Amino acid sequence: MKFSGKGLFTILGILLIAAGLVYLLWGGLEENVVYFVTPTELLEKGEAAVGNPVRLGGVVQGGSLQEKEGIVTFSLTDEVKTVLVVTTKTPPQMFHEGIGAVVEGALRKDGIFEANRLMVKHGNEYRPPKEGEMPQQIYKAIQQEKRS
Amino acid sequence: MLFKLFGAVALLFFAYAQYWALVRAPADYQMGDVYRILFVHVPAAWNALLLLTFSFVASLMTLLKRSATWDRLAHSSIEVGVLLTGLALALGSIWGRPTWGVWWTWDPRLTTTAILFILYLGALMLRRLIEDRERRSRIMASVSILIYLNVPIVYFSVKWWRTLHQVQSNPNTMDPAMVTGLRLNALALLALSLFFLIFRYRLAKREQINQEKEDSK
Repeated sequence: MKFSGKGLFTILGILLIAAGLVYLLWGGLEENVVYFVTPTELLEKGEAAVGNPVRLGGVVQGGSLQEKEGIVTFSLTDEVKTVLVVTTKTPPQMFHEGIGAVVEGALRKDGIFEANRLMVKHGNEYRPPKEGEMPQQIYKAIQQEKRS
Repeated sequence: MLFKLFGAVALLFFAYAQYWALVRAPADYQMGDVYRILFVHVPAAWNALLLLTFSFVASLMTLLKRSATWDRLAHSSIEVGVLLTGLALALGSIWGRPTWGVWWTWDPRLTTTAILFILYLGALMLRRLIEDRERRSRIMASVSILIYLNVPIVYFSVKWWRTLHQVQSNPNTMDPAMVTGLRLNALALLALSLFFLIFRYRLAKREQINQEKEDSK
């Protein structure tokens, strides 16, 4: 096979893109561009985390979800560390204890995470409800409260 | 005639699959009826990746064989693949609002899919700009092969990185009736996609014949 100048250029281009992909996959991407941090990773940063906007992801701890006058508080946990989250936003319909959640906001000086956006991370399981099973819907309760 | 019959059968099959999606499959324990978007969202994504994979093979063949047939097949499958990618994005967004709470978020799965969609759209626009048929088929094949590198990244994004999007379900994580509904819908959409693919291929062939007539005048 004989390479003309053009062919060489194409091969160089492909190599460059392949190198870029390898860097994306095994290079610094995992550390630098993560979609959300876990409570452990957030607390590891210590003071540096205070006031810095970040996404925090974890599981809504059982028994921690409270709602009072439109202010929602709950704990996000990764089974190692736990962060208390407070927000005035209405949680999505699917939001309940034990489900995965990703929140956007920043850690306050007092160690409480103030969120301005709540998102539910749904798993990959789908099944019909068992007998007598009712998903908790804090969403509906708050909506009614806001209307009245 | 046979082709039209195939289209009609595919459409009927799709209607039957939708009956499974909307009536036979039970509601989900967490999402209720909202989850039924899955029966089109997931097949659209699957078939998009499948057609784009086919376009990758067709692009390779275009380069190897220098054939106009493979070029047309590559072009047609990219067009249908882009349509399905757009459908998956739109339905995913509609599904995201009630379940996640947001229409859109820049998580790795959504971002890589949006990039894929835009790159292929760009490739289709580029195609319109090149007049010479031979040159166009070579350039398009090279461009399409490069863009295809994104497809495996889209597929594995939910495994490689932290995402809001859930990882792939499998028959163990779904109710059997839901699995049947999903498989039927995937097959039905595949049949419809093939219909569109062949339709677009024929159109491209006619375009070329007309072009050659114009040129010889």
